[in-house]
Amino acid sequence: MVRLAALLLIFPLPLTSAAQAGVEGAGDPRAGLAAAAPTAVVRGGSYVPLYSPESGAVTVEPFRMDRYPVTRGDFVAFVASNPRWRRSQVPGVFADSRYLSDWSGDLEPGDRLDAPVTHVSWFAARAYCTWVGKRLPRVDEWEFAARADETRTDAMGDRSHKARILQLYTQRRTPLPPVGSTFRNLYGIHDMHGLAWEWVLDFNTVTAADDSRGGDRKDGQLYCAAGADGATDREDYAAFLRYAFRSTLQGTTTSAVLGFRCAADLE
Amino acid sequence: MRQFDTKSKAIWTVVGAIGALLAVSALAFSLSSARSGATVAYADPIPSVTSLPEVRGEEYAVLTAPPHVPDPITRNHATRVIVELETIEQDMELAPGVTYNMWTFGGTVPGSFIRVREGDLVEFRLRNRHDSTVPHNIDLHAVSGPGGGAKASLTMPGHETVFEFRALHPGLYVYHCATAPVGLHVANGMYGLILVEPREGMKPVDREYYVMQSEFYTDSGFNEQGHHPFSMERALAENPSYVLFNGHTEALMGENALGANVGETIRLFVGNGGPNLASSFHVIGAVLDNVYPEGGTVANHNVQTTLVPAGGSAITEFRVNVPGDLILVDHSIFRAFNKGALGTIAVSGEDKLGIFSGQLDNRPYDPPTAHQH
Repeated sequence: MVRLAALLLIFPLPLTSAAQAGVEGAGDPRAGLAAAAPTAVVRGGSYVPLYSPESGAVTVEPFRMDRYPVTRGDFVAFVASNPRWRRSQVPGVFADSRYLSDWSGDLEPGDRLDAPVTHVSWFAARAYCTWVGKRLPRVDEWEFAARADETRTDAMGDRSHKARILQLYTQRRTPLPPVGSTFRNLYGIHDMHGLAWEWVLDFNTVTAADDSRGGDRKDGQLYCAAGADGATDREDYAAFLRYAFRSTLQGTTTSAVLGFRCAADLE
Repeated sequence: MRQFDTKSKAIWTVVGAIGALLAVSALAFSLSSARSGATVAYADPIPSVTSLPEVRGEEYAVLTAPPHVPDPITRNHATRVIVELETIEQDMELAPGVTYNMWTFGGTVPGSFIRVREGDLVEFRLRNRHDSTVPHNIDLHAVSGPGGGAKASLTMPGHETVFEFRALHPGLYVYHCATAPVGLHVANGMYGLILVEPREGMKPVDREYYVMQSEFYTDSGFNEQGHHPFSMERALAENPSYVLFNGHTEALMGENALGANVGETIRLFVGNGGPNLASSFHVIGAVLDNVYPEGGTVANHNVQTTLVPAGGSAITEFRVNVPGDLILVDHSIFRAFNKGALGTIAVSGEDKLGIFSGQLDNRPYDPPTAHQH
């Protein structure tokens, strides 16, 4: 499944169901609301990923990203318009058995409509973004945007900011609070840290090793996937946590602490 | 030893075959006699796994929270032992009024004690509770295999992973989480002990307890009230704010003291989770009759202080001969006095004046007079 997801990344074949879903949802007023979710422009630039080929900088082109994670309220509109993504109907190849398992029914997320939707698979997240005319952010886009604090595009050279992010991660609570609960960064994007983990389009292209100390190399990739060996910043513990989390994922995986937001190319 | 004998015999065969060539055989003899001499250093054999014991039946491991230890194993054969352990993230106290977001194996720090028998086939089921925020895994130092199981057990929140290992080596072993960043997972409380009882079993004692030292790096001073997060700065400097037995300043103090009666034998399974500091483990008021250093199988006797490395263990056994409190410390003593590394064994019973009298007198004595100078 990981391989399949990787292929989908490289050759972005639209999932049949998602493509159809886009048509189905077109006339739904709620779809309009979800599509209108406010986005922020992230001016491009370069950054050094935690695991980087030859420890070099990666260039990120300008893009738009949702200011908030997708909420339970947003997602119920999606499944209302797209029956095949309902809990009772989603095929097992697109989501595991815990998909939307914290809802009381197909169209009943219960309370906390403003909280991030979680228990969604990569396939579902991807279909949602397609439905609203967007896409999932790439890992480099997400990581680049996540380096900003309230006033700086890249605050990660600041030890105290690193400590703050790590603290936000370890203070997370379930059930998750409403979106907008954690800080708004320079771009106007909220909740990059400390609310939920978020799917990215290419979640499986770079991973921390499952054993963080060893010398594994996966698929002849350029990075050494040992936890520290090969990492460009051994003190960015928050980044290690994100990469470790992504390394556990398959396209069908769902989790109570994993949500998503959408992104789009700049026109 | 068997391999050595074979080699020696082969050499003698060579010597016989070339016996007619006097000069050569004399040389050969001198070489071979040097090699077959009676004293050989570093001569312990390295066991080979030629056949694994037959696995009969299956059972679920009984896990215990510290300071308790599962009952000794009475089986005389290998079995499949199913271990179900859940990782749980929750706020817990380090000291009264001081909380920290702990990551745990089984909801306690240190984690649940696991007891199996040499030769057992262990089916390990690691669950990561649904409300966990990060993935976890487990590296058991008793495992022969990549990552000590870490690779096979990487588990995301809400999932369960399963792997099997054979408990080949008897001894007392640390287990810990090894997910990136490993230091953070260990610093947050993810370690415990697994005992692999030797096939022959262990000599019965009156009491067994589980004591594990570890240190915590908070962004605060010792006993500063409130909730405190992890301090990267302190961890990198290896300068903890807390050094504790069983995860809390009071875990083995006051009403939580370990109990014993005069004359009883005690076995302490001592571990050190680290993440950084080696422990100078000492019991104030007792001499350790038997110590199995580093959790291995060779005993040392009459030990005052035993070194327990981070990620290592020691089995200590001693008899409590007189009543009163025995104090467990890390004899790297500022840790005991200022950072919390204290525990108590409260021994009840009759005085044994022939062994220890207590204070017999307290009297002034005259200073030296001036003319004596």
